[in-house]
Amino acid sequence: MSDWRYLLAQNRATLLSVIFFVVMFAIYTSNHPAGFSANVVQTAANKGVLLALVAMAQTFVVITAGIDLSVGAVFVLTNCVASWIVVGTAASATLGVLGVLLTGLACGAVNGLIVIYGRLQPIVATIASGAVFFGLALLLRPVPGGDVYGPLADGLTGRIFGVLPASLVALGGVVLLVWIPYSRSAIGRATYAVGSSETAAYMSGVPVDVAKFCAYLLSGFVAALGGLFLTFVTYSGEASAANGNTYTLFSIAAVVLGGVSLFGGSGSAIGAIFGALMFRTIGDLLFVFNLDPLWQPLFQGLVLLAAVCVGSARVFQVRNRLELFP
Amino acid sequence: MTRLEPTASPILRMEGVSKRYGGVRALANADLVVFAGRIHGILGENGAGKSTLIKILSGVVAPDAGRIVLDGAEVAFDSPAAANRAGIVCIFQELSLVPDLSVADNIAISNPPRRFGMIDRRAQRRLAEEALERAGAPDIHPMALVKDLPLSRRQMVEIAKALARKPRVLILDEATSALTAADVAKVFVVLKRLRQEGLALLFISHRMHEIAELADESTVFRNGANVATYVAGTKTDNEVVEMMIGREYSHIFPPKPAARAKGAAPLLELRNLSWGDRLRDISFTAEAGEVVGLGGLDGQGQRELLLALFGVLRGVSGEIRVAGVPVSPSSPHAAKGKRIGMALIPEDRKTEGLMLPMSVRENLSFAALPRVSKGGVIDRAREQGLVGEMIDLLDIQTAGSDAPAGSLSGGNQQKVVIAKWLMAEPRIILLNDPTRGIDVGTKQEIYMLLRRLADEGAAIVFYTTDYDELIGCCDRALVLYDGAIRRELAGAEITEHALIASALNISSEDVAAGAPAQ
Repeated sequence: MSDWRYLLAQNRATLLSVIFFVVMFAIYTSNHPAGFSANVVQTAANKGVLLALVAMAQTFVVITAGIDLSVGAVFVLTNCVASWIVVGTAASATLGVLGVLLTGLACGAVNGLIVIYGRLQPIVATIASGAVFFGLALLLRPVPGGDVYGPLADGLTGRIFGVLPASLVALGGVVLLVWIPYSRSAIGRATYAVGSSETAAYMSGVPVDVAKFCAYLLSGFVAALGGLFLTFVTYSGEASAANGNTYTLFSIAAVVLGGVSLFGGSGSAIGAIFGALMFRTIGDLLFVFNLDPLWQPLFQGLVLLAAVCVGSARVFQVRNRLELFP
Repeated sequence: MTRLEPTASPILRMEGVSKRYGGVRALANADLVVFAGRIHGILGENGAGKSTLIKILSGVVAPDAGRIVLDGAEVAFDSPAAANRAGIVCIFQELSLVPDLSVADNIAISNPPRRFGMIDRRAQRRLAEEALERAGAPDIHPMALVKDLPLSRRQMVEIAKALARKPRVLILDEATSALTAADVAKVFVVLKRLRQEGLALLFISHRMHEIAELADESTVFRNGANVATYVAGTKTDNEVVEMMIGREYSHIFPPKPAARAKGAAPLLELRNLSWGDRLRDISFTAEAGEVVGLGGLDGQGQRELLLALFGVLRGVSGEIRVAGVPVSPSSPHAAKGKRIGMALIPEDRKTEGLMLPMSVRENLSFAALPRVSKGGVIDRAREQGLVGEMIDLLDIQTAGSDAPAGSLSGGNQQKVVIAKWLMAEPRIILLNDPTRGIDVGTKQEIYMLLRRLADEGAAIVFYTTDYDELIGCCDRALVLYDGAIRRELAGAEITEHALIASALNISSEDVAAGAPAQ
């Protein structure tokens, strides 16, 4: 086999999620009363980018064969923090942004330390830490409110040159500055190794603990980017339990749709991002086909089930039953 | 081949090294001296302390006492990475490859070439190609995922990975046990070249002829201590085996019964069994009381044949008859049922044979749950009784029937797997390379057991990569090549010569002409 066929085979899941999204989005815009207009794209982008960032955060941890059930809570907590400190002048807002990102890093560090040194299962550790993070968010914002530095919010949720949604550009920036370097770094490689086979990784001299810690740290960091962006979209902070839970669950759905293996060791944040955009488009499709919004959860659930079924359709071709077990 | 005289000072010296695991003494006051430019064989039964020695050398566990001197300086390693940095690299018996990463990623895993902090894929690719070339496996594509490679290729990647770390002391722990004969020959060429380049090699193997071919000197371990070091060629195989097991060693294989009269219907009969392009028109019979061997190079369909019989594969065509009755097992559960009465001792005891964290008792009962339960409830008294019988029958060394299976030594784990299936009282027993990585003493017990089971009326189909076992254990041997039975050998026809010739699918004259005999 030649090189490109190996590349294709190893990135098939990511490519599929891109193709599915493009098809769905084409159906959506072609049935939208306003068509493929800058406005429609901008609205979709702003909604999609929120979930895309949280899904990306989830991806880091899922690659290590863990799961982060606190991403939603970090997302909400950083939103509340941002509504307090990303305010005032340009300078103070900049400091505020740094503060929000540090909050995210701290949350990720806490998760990482509990999982690595507490030897707790990620699912248990992050349920507990997620509750703590949400508790802190409630203390910060018992009732919705707060503010955000307007120019920054408007700039990042608006359009560049009147056509290009700034949120998409920002997301692309995050991919370029965070995901690409990470996935090509030795430490990124190490997280894949840990997720695929922790024993083999350890025996190969891979820094297993450092790799896991970095994954949780980056998860917190990117979830904080999501929280920051939520503040820009809503111009306020809200400790919403519903938001936290929904985003956590949807991030897992997006990761699965994006072809990231929940068993760890394979997949890409780019796939997860398109998984997230796809998941958002499903909801919008109902709108353009004039279906009752009450149908949305049911419909999203069905699509998710269908996607998972398609993803595992290979099971029917497996002729050695031993291959059915992971 | 050139043999260097021992240089003034050894490259590596271990002195008085001891290690305890709980109450078990794994290594007691062991010494080892290794010189550069030489291959040092390590021999010993499972549990003799070889693995512990290797783990201490490669930084996986820390010794309780003793010192390690490398190049005249005392060293202590707290991790495999630290040992690697000092130039000690180990190729482990349990593969240390990451399945979801590519071959190149794996080869460069501990220290990938970097540019601007990111992995330089081109440099990594070159590094991987070089390492594969050096390991004698240039046919492996650096971009292939390790999980898509067969076991023997993975082992070659493992060797390439070790070479890429530029070791000064290279440890091979049963590194050839998963290899085909052709690959072993290639690896030996590589190892001999490394010796000439001045590396010190530690070679651990259960295959005596491999040690005999490679090692300049060998050290025998028994009960956690080194009992003897000898220069290659100064001891006979029998003497070496006696040192290893510490008792008189006579016939390793039990005598075969004289050819018996053919019974009415064979217990197991296959007609034109096929599965995709991996199994082609396989037809053979196995009678009650017969041990039928499956031979040939690794990966010629032997494993698939056993899986097909055991109901694991889908879409198998052809006919399987058990005692004259056509059956089509649809799962291992169906295959082990009363109607078929089949058992499969799998290849990999750790993943397919045992639930390692569960107790020996629970593991033994899994295949025989109907036998130990009444009305769906497990009868603990009956279970305990049967389990006790099995532990005695196979002489399983365990702290008790409630000890976790993972706490047993490799040989005893394998005995648990076999005992589990004997508890289900099968009449057809399939074995997939059951003695791989097992010490001589246990091997011998397994051979005896197989023969006794056959004498008691079971039909046994026995796949093994060890020619000696085909010759010593089997009444008939079927040699597979490319999914088809290439040749059937019976009784005295089963010779090393005939096995190699048919395994390589060449006529026997070619072998006589030149190919090295294994």
